[in-house]
Amino acid sequence: MLDSLLALGGLVLLRDSVEWEGRSLLKALVKKSALCGEQVHILGCEVSEEEFREGFDSDINNRLVYHDFFRDPLNWSKTEEAFPGGPLGALRAMCKRTDPVPVTIALDSLSWLLLRLPCTTLCQVLHAVSHQDSCPGDSSSVGKVSVLGLLHEELHGPGPVGALSSLAQTEVTLGGTMGQASAHILCRRPRQRPTDQTQWFSILPDFSLDLQEGPSVESQPYSDPHIPPVDPTTHLTFNLHLSKKEREARDSLILPFQFSSENTKSSLLRQQALLRPRPGQATSHIFYEPDAYDDLDQEDPDDDLDI
Amino acid sequence: MFVELNNLLNTAPDRAEQGKLTLLCDAKTDGSFLVHHFLSFYLKGVSLTMARERGQLVFLEGLKSAVDVVFQAQKEPHPLQFLREANAGNLKPLFEFVREALKPVDSGEARWTYPVLLVDDLSVLLSLGMGAVAVLDFIHYCRATVCWELKGNMVVLVHDSGDAEDEENDILLNGLSHQSHLILRAEGLATGFCRDVHGQLRILWRRPSQPAVHRDQSFTYQYKIQDKSVSFFAKGMSPAVL
Repeated sequence: MLDSLLALGGLVLLRDSVEWEGRSLLKALVKKSALCGEQVHILGCEVSEEEFREGFDSDINNRLVYHDFFRDPLNWSKTEEAFPGGPLGALRAMCKRTDPVPVTIALDSLSWLLLRLPCTTLCQVLHAVSHQDSCPGDSSSVGKVSVLGLLHEELHGPGPVGALSSLAQTEVTLGGTMGQASAHILCRRPRQRPTDQTQWFSILPDFSLDLQEGPSVESQPYSDPHIPPVDPTTHLTFNLHLSKKEREARDSLILPFQFSSENTKSSLLRQQALLRPRPGQATSHIFYEPDAYDDLDQEDPDDDLDI
Repeated sequence: MFVELNNLLNTAPDRAEQGKLTLLCDAKTDGSFLVHHFLSFYLKGVSLTMARERGQLVFLEGLKSAVDVVFQAQKEPHPLQFLREANAGNLKPLFEFVREALKPVDSGEARWTYPVLLVDDLSVLLSLGMGAVAVLDFIHYCRATVCWELKGNMVVLVHDSGDAEDEENDILLNGLSHQSHLILRAEGLATGFCRDVHGQLRILWRRPSQPAVHRDQSFTYQYKIQDKSVSFFAKGMSPAVL
């Protein structure tokens, strides 16, 4: 499913983190679009054009239209080289296309834009750009538009991320384990239930996508098939089991305070002996030395109970 | 320069990569030993005083400079101009100071190889009232000039206060982490102060040019700072406990 992300069109959010970077996947998807004959525009704010194009062969590089907002995004050099209106102006210009060719617009990065532009403005422009192929009443049919936005999750609060998430047709969250990268893909098709799937993958040096099964079980460090499991019940200093004789002796034992329902003489005698010991049979004595402060009252406190 | 740290980073003064941003970050400990390492790494064999006299080392002392801008009338824009302004939006004057200082000087002598910008530290700019995005913009422009245009390197120190409510510092730290090629994070031990292990260092390589090689590798070592060097060892392998 990772390799058909752009087939749906609309806004695709690539959510990455410091541990699991997403620019390689962005470049891999850009390469795929270019190879499919789509028009590809890159809004480059975070890295230089050379760095973005590195790793692509000349065939791919010739198909990429790069809008450079890395060198002077805020027009500090006061030369008018920068695109008037900055990155937002460039995005707005892309809303006015009339081309029937499908186009992919890669935002590197959406986080850069979200930190510097009001969230509502950005969402409005993104909506306009990614939905221009579904405008009714258009005589010239505009080609499918896919917008790939690289979003660094840790930089934004839940509000802006939620707003972008609700605009997106597809969300890919990058993660991984044991050196193996994974993409959790949440896909929202119109009038269908959202689907989600986790895909393990790696990016090859030429930025092709290599889909994989998952981290291999053999690489887990704790299970070693060569050491047989140890039986902990051998060589104990105490007995865990009962012999037949011991079991019989245990079963025939009469518990001291358990009286059978039949009023046999033996059980009655036993009851009496336990509950009302005769004075001569008392085997324990209590010796009580009162302190000077003890208040010895010979009166029975239950006298007033009138039983 | 700590030789052991060079070995861990697989680098040396004569074969250092260019065009890279290194982020130094410290949490519950003092990471200035890392700044000392990089300062002497890039000025290998030259004393700081001599480097300053030759113009090889340009040192902007923030505290002293702040006194100048606050207590003396300025005619030209000062690098720390934002201290005078009520609503300073950006650090453009500071960036222009950096760009002027690192402009390659063609005076007939042997030119320096490539420029290096060391910032100690960025969290101070946040405490002085600049927003996280303004500081990120300043670093962005420095990267464009130092790393991309002049093929030099940058080393930047940010403190991680660990305060979950300090959103501005988090945005700055995470924003810089995403832009860095190498992140060195010095942390105090969770169990507190120890005489033989002063902390642990986490090394994270990011943004390799070849995605398959060194895919976001991360290593953690513990360290002990001595008089003139720092010794590193694997976790739990301090010579004091073996």
